[in-house]
Amino acid sequence: MTAAPTQPAPSKLDWRDQIFEVFQDHDIKQVYHVPDAGHGRLIEACQKTNSMRTLALTTEEEGIPLAAGAWLGGQRSVLLMQSSGVGNTINLMGMPKTLRFPFLTLITMRGDWGEFNSWQYPMGQGTPKVLEAMGVLLYSVETADEVKATVDAAARSAFNGGQAVAVLLRQKLIGIKNFGKK
Amino acid sequence: MSPNKSGATLQRRPLVKQLLENAGDDLLVIAGLGSSNWDITAAGDRPLNMPLWGSMGAPVGMGLGLAMAQPTKRVLVITGDGDMLMSLGSLATVATQMPENLAIVVLDNEKFGETGNQATHTSPRNNGPTDSGAGTDLAMIARGCGIADATTVRESGEVAELVKDVRTKKGPVFRLVKVMVEKLEFVMPPQDGAHLKDRFRQALLGHP
Repeated sequence: MTAAPTQPAPSKLDWRDQIFEVFQDHDIKQVYHVPDAGHGRLIEACQKTNSMRTLALTTEEEGIPLAAGAWLGGQRSVLLMQSSGVGNTINLMGMPKTLRFPFLTLITMRGDWGEFNSWQYPMGQGTPKVLEAMGVLLYSVETADEVKATVDAAARSAFNGGQAVAVLLRQKLIGIKNFGKK
Repeated sequence: MSPNKSGATLQRRPLVKQLLENAGDDLLVIAGLGSSNWDITAAGDRPLNMPLWGSMGAPVGMGLGLAMAQPTKRVLVITGDGDMLMSLGSLATVATQMPENLAIVVLDNEKFGETGNQATHTSPRNNGPTDSGAGTDLAMIARGCGIADATTVRESGEVAELVKDVRTKKGPVFRLVKVMVEKLEFVMPPQDGAHLKDRFRQALLGHP
């Protein structure tokens, strides 16, 4: 009973608003996040709708058992985090494999493309490797016009295909954080 | 069996059995790895039990995700002090949502039971060179996180009210139960995580 994958028409919406539309299309009910500039606009859209429960976490690790509990109760969820938070999740990232439940996470990358902060590089560069090591499928987006189709495909792989899937929103897409400097 | 140096007299197995007595389709139970898992299984394995064999630090988050997804069911998380210490922040996250259908019971024997009964941080200070903790009070932490209804149970005379609160009181309810250190039989549920998840969903939702 799965619809054939569609190739969404190019949209004039901001890419973060396009992600919000994908969440609604896939009936996502619980959204977990830590405060994040990259995801900020998306988080606010999720907070404002009545159709989703949006939770701020104390650490990214909490998002995985929350997703497991939501799935046990019949609801779909998504974890929004930064690459610097991925390291906090590694042990519990084994849960989707052990319990075999669908898991979707969107990761805004730091330490990736012109990053000014040297402290962001180790986890930013390690992010794809540790996720791969834990059996998470990786999708990656560098340009705004690929965002919607990629997040949609990731949600299908997760919720229809039963996989753990991470979408890396590359720093090239998000823009280089400069703290007001030119 | 000697009581804890803290003076605990409650035994976890009969206590958990009472917590789960006559559990019906409206009670969803998650147990942390190790002793809490064996405890709920000794009370009678059932599809609406989700006993964890690993994933230390996960039970409270799982309970919260489940409680939000199933607001008309009662969700009960049973775990130990070692597991709770690993995810203190999850109590603050529970407090942001204030789920009325969630109860958390921490069976605090002040030991890491699965690794040889080393002292956890809830053990008293100055308890000897190998057995000292910090006297950490998990109920006080829960209150500090914003879960107002968080109390400690020590006496057998308090157990009837504990059972009533855990099963029916408006949540979130947090109960720290001081229990004895005991050597108990391992009573094991199925181990396969996918099977445990599928039977839970089948019983709750009618499909895996």
